[in-house]
Amino acid sequence: MITYEWLYVLTGLFFVVWAVLSLRDGKRGNAAFWGLLAASFLIGSHVSDFVNGLLVLAMVGIAGLGLLKRSDPPTTSGEERQVFSARLGNRLFLPALIVPVTAVAGTLLYNYTPLGETGLFAERRETLILFGIGVLVAIVVAMVWLKPHLLAPAEEGRRLLDSIGWAGILPQMLAALGAVFALAGVGDIIGGLAGDVIPKGSVFLTVVVFALGMAIFTMIMGNAFAAFPVMAAAIGIPLLVETYGGNPAVIGAVGMLAGFCGTLMTPMAANFNIVPAALLELKDQNGVIRQQVGTAIPLWLCNVAIIYVGAFLLWS
Amino acid sequence: MNYWPLLGIAIVVVGFALRFNPLLVVVGAALATGVLAGLDLVAVIEALGKAFNDNRYISVTWIILPVIGLLERYGLQQRARAVIENLRGATMGKFLTVYLLFRQVTAAIGMKDIGGHPQAVRPLVAPMAEAAAEKTHGSLSEGDREKVLAMSAATDNVGLFFGEDIFFAIASILLIQGVFESYGYPLTPLQLSVWAIPTAICAFIIHGWRIHALDRRLGRVAA
Repeated sequence: MITYEWLYVLTGLFFVVWAVLSLRDGKRGNAAFWGLLAASFLIGSHVSDFVNGLLVLAMVGIAGLGLLKRSDPPTTSGEERQVFSARLGNRLFLPALIVPVTAVAGTLLYNYTPLGETGLFAERRETLILFGIGVLVAIVVAMVWLKPHLLAPAEEGRRLLDSIGWAGILPQMLAALGAVFALAGVGDIIGGLAGDVIPKGSVFLTVVVFALGMAIFTMIMGNAFAAFPVMAAAIGIPLLVETYGGNPAVIGAVGMLAGFCGTLMTPMAANFNIVPAALLELKDQNGVIRQQVGTAIPLWLCNVAIIYVGAFLLWS
Repeated sequence: MNYWPLLGIAIVVVGFALRFNPLLVVVGAALATGVLAGLDLVAVIEALGKAFNDNRYISVTWIILPVIGLLERYGLQQRARAVIENLRGATMGKFLTVYLLFRQVTAAIGMKDIGGHPQAVRPLVAPMAEAAAEKTHGSLSEGDREKVLAMSAATDNVGLFFGEDIFFAIASILLIQGVFESYGYPLTPLQLSVWAIPTAICAFIIHGWRIHALDRRLGRVAA
């Protein structure tokens, strides 16, 4: 059975190559950073939590001291790319489609045909594993078709990786922060505070506080999943459902979406907001968030209205 | 109640606002929160290490970079631009609105892995939006160009977030179901996912309008 562990070894090997190429390029900080991440992928499952913790602190130290630099491996010029683009035409899109098609079609096939009964992939892990397979297939196809030199995919990957830099592990680090917050009971404290500010007797204001709590706590945690159980336990279920008799399906579903509006407005949701700014090489780290605030706020108001109308006015 | 762990949140907010390195801010906040909650430092480092290790799957996605980089080496972005340049009547407003709808609909039928920032936005959507904007407004100022690229990423996010919950077998729907069930309210995923539809429609209208507003604004600056 193929598990995530296989994928971690594969990913670890990619990062080993990037670390070695960084070293060859004289970028020691980058080599150390990607080397440590490679170690995390390769041996993380076999060492103690404390060793993993030290690994994290070392990576953060390297990034914090500003030792991660952008890199500029040799690549084709803009003019050369125009020529290639004209010569190769729309076939260039095909290798790019291999990865999403493998992941999506593979997941559907695996779940809705007898293929799933083979137990080839670990349960509920098939999409990411198929993504990994898609990547390997796409690299092989592109190499065979375009015939660049052997190191080209690694060097081109490194160029992109170093343009993302420390932001590349920020999403994973934020997930770890969420776990520490949970351990320290931050959710219970916030839920208690939100429960205390509710004005008694007003259904509408209670809906507003619930939706606001979802959005703000999501902005703090960077993730509506962390906010939802807390807000549901503090306000959604005891007050909106039990005291005021609202429709639980609407309160649950639209409450979560009010949290998603918060996701659009926070740097803590790094993989959606900060990583793309790095990938697009924007000067403003918060450029993506800036474009989203104008959508998030009116949409949050819509969610408040939908909960109020759907869960109370139409329900009773 | 011990409110001190909330200081970790304050560290995050202040750290991000002062533009310290976000990794430093996050780890600083994690260590402070754990210690203020009464855990000893070694236990906090262990918790951080375990959680980082458990979440490695998040960073697996970077193995796609060689594919994208290799295709960019052979002109993928230029090709994406050429498609838009050859398309009569293409504007940034129309293009991003179509992408928004495409992303919402595919996510709603469970195909949320089509799209995404490294795979789709950087090599395809952003260059196409930029080419479409240049077609209408001529070459863009650096500030306007950044806005167009950022709006492309924003459109991918909005389309994903407000499409995926219409699909009933998605993690967030299962989480809502699990929470309500633990309090004695059994709900089916389908009961929940139909209530994602009104918000999805609002998201399409609001964000679609904002895409067009940006397109019009670019025009005014250029004129």
